[in-house]
Amino acid sequence: MNVPGGTTSAADRPEPASSAAQATSDLLTEDWRRTLTRTLNVSPTYMFGVLLSVFIAFTIINPSAFTSTGNLQNITETAAPYLVMAVAVTYLMIAGGLDLSVGSVLVFANVIAAKVMGAIGGNGTFPVLVGLLAGLGVGAGWGLFNGFCVTKLRVPALITTLGTLGAVLGAADLLTAGNDIRSVPLSLINFGTGTFLGLNYIVWIAIGVTLVFGLMLHLTQFGRHTYIVGSNIEAARRAGVNVDRHLFKLYALSGAAAGLAGFLALGQFASTTISGHSTDVIIVITGVVLGGTSLFGGYGWMIGTVIGILIPTTLNIGLVIANVQPFWQQVATGLILIAAVYLDQLKRRSRERT
Amino acid sequence: MTVVLEARDVVKRYGHVTALNGACFQAHEGEVTALIGDNGAGKSTFVKVLSGVIAADSGEIALSGAKTDLGSPQHAKRLGIETVFQDLALAPDLGPADNVFVGRELFKPGWRGRLRILDKAEMRRRALDAFVSMGTDVKDMHAPVAALSGGQKQSVAICRSVMWANKVLFLDEPTAALGVRQTRNVLRLVKHVAERGVAVILISHNMTEVLEAADRIEVLRLGQRVAQYKADQTNVEELVGAMTGALDLHEETQP
Repeated sequence: MNVPGGTTSAADRPEPASSAAQATSDLLTEDWRRTLTRTLNVSPTYMFGVLLSVFIAFTIINPSAFTSTGNLQNITETAAPYLVMAVAVTYLMIAGGLDLSVGSVLVFANVIAAKVMGAIGGNGTFPVLVGLLAGLGVGAGWGLFNGFCVTKLRVPALITTLGTLGAVLGAADLLTAGNDIRSVPLSLINFGTGTFLGLNYIVWIAIGVTLVFGLMLHLTQFGRHTYIVGSNIEAARRAGVNVDRHLFKLYALSGAAAGLAGFLALGQFASTTISGHSTDVIIVITGVVLGGTSLFGGYGWMIGTVIGILIPTTLNIGLVIANVQPFWQQVATGLILIAAVYLDQLKRRSRERT
Repeated sequence: MTVVLEARDVVKRYGHVTALNGACFQAHEGEVTALIGDNGAGKSTFVKVLSGVIAADSGEIALSGAKTDLGSPQHAKRLGIETVFQDLALAPDLGPADNVFVGRELFKPGWRGRLRILDKAEMRRRALDAFVSMGTDVKDMHAPVAALSGGQKQSVAICRSVMWANKVLFLDEPTAALGVRQTRNVLRLVKHVAERGVAVILISHNMTEVLEAADRIEVLRLGQRVAQYKADQTNVEELVGAMTGALDLHEETQP
């Protein structure tokens, strides 16, 4: 070897095994201060502060109305379907994908589930279960269509899902001639209005979905691969991750989540709500991005999405209580979305070293 | 001296451009073989063919004497062929340990393993062990790779491949972005891996580095192997001559 003797021997000298092991274990145990700094420095923590501020602000404006049990229930019930969709969109965005069609797929599943339950007839559990499967099925179907366009036809997700946003809503209108279906099985309406421990069943379903998929995202291989695909798709490919199949699954998941949300909305409103979901996608994506999930993939937390979804919903309901003209809600939500993406960019720039 | 990897008459065309025009290559067990050549000589294409990333139009690849179809990088990996690409192929948002175990994640024992729940602590421990034993200064297992220095990123990519390579390790320009000390570290590591019996293939522009680290040197020019040397029987002038064609090589020089 031409390497100067001094360097080589110093580097090659075997260290006593025990001290090396000690050094390793020292490096592995994070002391609590660093953990705390890390936790304080992430978006969900900031956003929890923002959510708290919004809460406090409205409480000051109208304490009796805003903090009433009825209103708090109203916030969670409004947030629940958004959260179900946002959970799936969080996966998709971490993987570097996007789904703008969730609101339209919701409406489509809403209509199909109502039609299927109507065709079976009756007020029992059976038609409701079939309706649920129909909603999930058509939702996943549109998701697979999005996935096919993105992965196989290589149409960018933005354009694909913008296309389905329009097409799927149009298809739902065609199926109903634009008129809402107002017959929903009684059992579903009872379910939609029932509560457990003060929270609506629909809220519990949203919590369940969030927990299961949140744990899956952060603890399992499926979640890990989602991050890798979004962080460096080429690295994922070379490491043997089947990138196309993974993205397919995520688009299907996003569609199925919108389908579930559409089914839940039937229970909530006892009717289809064809024209009521045009701004759902804005709230969903605002929530996901506010929660710290990067628009560019590779980065995000499920807890952030929960907090993120609560911000626009709380704001919207708070503005109603504060007697602000309802149009301001849309203005506020849109501006928050832009601010959230701006913050995401700032964060990225400060993190990268090269 | 056993030939681990051998390529014969490999041809690869991109449209009208012939990147490899009947190229041959040999790598031996426990040796560092340098593959050198000027820009456009076909080095990168050759590495991609030999590591399963792209398929050759014709030619043969044999691993330990048996004709092999690498098919895909995954298959090549299963055969024990690892590659450190020039772009490193790291996921910048993930930690160093996460990157080392990409696609080879460890699971918790028992029912949690069946649910594909990751054993993050064990992966961090093993990765850190590798980083420490290979003499790198990658120590923070929680920081994203994006926050590491260029040399540290390189270390993560190299350690990952070294950990898994048991037959062949390709390093495509591993020191291009590194300082003097880090380069020394990488070259020391390369020797170390070869001593384990792995056939290491070093692709480099840097002649002094090649002469220092390699046992054998193969020169690629215009998509063909034009010369082979033993590292201790050649010099920079001869290598540059072979690379550029200034040295008249009518027949392939054998060591």
